[in-house]
Amino acid sequence: MEIIFLLFILMLSIFLGFELINKVPATLHTPLMSGSNAISGITLVGALALAGNTTDPQLASWLATGAVALATINVVGGYMVTDRMLAMFKKKKGDK
Amino acid sequence: MDNHLMINFAYVVSATLFIFGLKLLGSPATARRGNMLSSSGMLIAVVFALLDQGIVSYTNIVIGMAIGAVIGALAARLVEMTSMPEMVALFNGFGGMASLLVGWSAMSGETTTFTMITIFLSILIGGMTFTGSLLAYGKLSERIPGKPLVFVGQNIVNSIIVLAIIGCGVLFVVEPTNVNYLYAAVALALIFGVMAVIPIGGADMPVVISLLNSYSGLAACAAGFAIENNLLIVAGSLVGASGIVLTQIMCKAMNRSLSNVLFSGFGSVSTSTQVIEGEVTPMTAEDAYYVLEAASTVAIIPGYGMAVAQAQHVVKELQELLEENGCEVIYGIHPVAGRMPGHMNVLLAEADVPYDLLLEMDDINPRMDNVDVAIVIGANDVVNPAAREMEGSPIYGMPIINVDHAKTVFVLKRSMASGFAGVDNPLFFKDNTRMIFGDAKESIGLMIREFE
Repeated sequence: MEIIFLLFILMLSIFLGFELINKVPATLHTPLMSGSNAISGITLVGALALAGNTTDPQLASWLATGAVALATINVVGGYMVTDRMLAMFKKKKGDK
Repeated sequence: MDNHLMINFAYVVSATLFIFGLKLLGSPATARRGNMLSSSGMLIAVVFALLDQGIVSYTNIVIGMAIGAVIGALAARLVEMTSMPEMVALFNGFGGMASLLVGWSAMSGETTTFTMITIFLSILIGGMTFTGSLLAYGKLSERIPGKPLVFVGQNIVNSIIVLAIIGCGVLFVVEPTNVNYLYAAVALALIFGVMAVIPIGGADMPVVISLLNSYSGLAACAAGFAIENNLLIVAGSLVGASGIVLTQIMCKAMNRSLSNVLFSGFGSVSTSTQVIEGEVTPMTAEDAYYVLEAASTVAIIPGYGMAVAQAQHVVKELQELLEENGCEVIYGIHPVAGRMPGHMNVLLAEADVPYDLLLEMDDINPRMDNVDVAIVIGANDVVNPAAREMEGSPIYGMPIINVDHAKTVFVLKRSMASGFAGVDNPLFFKDNTRMIFGDAKESIGLMIREFE
């Protein structure tokens, strides 16, 4: 049953994703990409548990440590650069 | 168990924040808040993941996170807005590699057939995202030639790789203890990523980046299945869906199917029998000033050339001068202008151009008849009337911005070389077109000087 449960989550969130993204205007497509990129760094959460589950690091935990580093780049870099971009988007003069 | 429950509850909260974050990205006014929400969702997820009782040593975690945070923060601070496409490609690749590594290290635990399948998928998708993104990065930053690389028998080679991947996948799942299949899977995934991006040319990069974006999400999703983590599945599939939506938009804007972009460069399309008639009329930037001074509506259509020339700031200066002169200035943005979705919008935002002046293709085309001067800056294929007029042209059928409907068209261009698609542009030969040769930034600079 666990598998079915996970598949249900998958199905529902894909549909939700389509609905949400279809509403994003073209002008925001680049920040959308870098922002969603940052979200895909969620692998970090999985990597954390695998990187720290032993006091005697074997190959598996070194691999997971690498994953932690790469996913952190993705998360930190992704959110920061998105914020930097979005800060530049301004409306017509008057309300800067 | 309580610990487990608490962590999963936190995951629900952070998934909600991701969803709200994406929802707020629906409007430029709320987008920044959306990004904040999304990042706080990530923070909650990470903090609670660290509380997992399975974690007995924090040394590796701290090292990994410190390295990642420093690199990520520096990269995000230092990157030029014009290099945003390659930056996103690179981040994408890291995400893919992280999923591959998570899948790999998840093998040390107890594994069922189902987890083996998902581990294989996260290795496969993660690996091809990694090398594919690195290659896209290389092409975008022009470290490697942006031209599509096609060779004889490419399809056969690719088919063999796909068959090998399937075969390797089956063996990998059936015999989880044999590490050779694991290494083979990693190698095949990496090779496949290279093979997938090699035949794709520079101007098709908006499609490729969107697709790789989607893959990095799907890889996270597969990794989520491998370690049975709901949050990875939800976040991964949100990203996967977003990448697919963008890919579709990009393909539609080029009037090409996804498979056409992925498997065949431009080229072999039947040659047109029509001959372009007319003469190219060059014009100096000084003369252009007199036309602009008399204009009451000016439309600016930027393309990748604007990014290359870093001309966005002078464009904004010209816009202000025109406005002071009582002229209305609008911008027309083609969906595939530039090297990634929304590339032009970010550059113009950097130059402080208000986003409500940037019109999408479908909004600017009906207004084009009333435009006195359309200024094309470093764009070519997206304004090529051959897409409308010349059946048999490789870009025939692609929706374009109809600049030729404006009273006068200025084309700022370095030389007469054709665009990425390699097709002549009849626009340059039209009676109402004036070519202003030279570096876009310098040409506009000259016009500005005339105004002052």
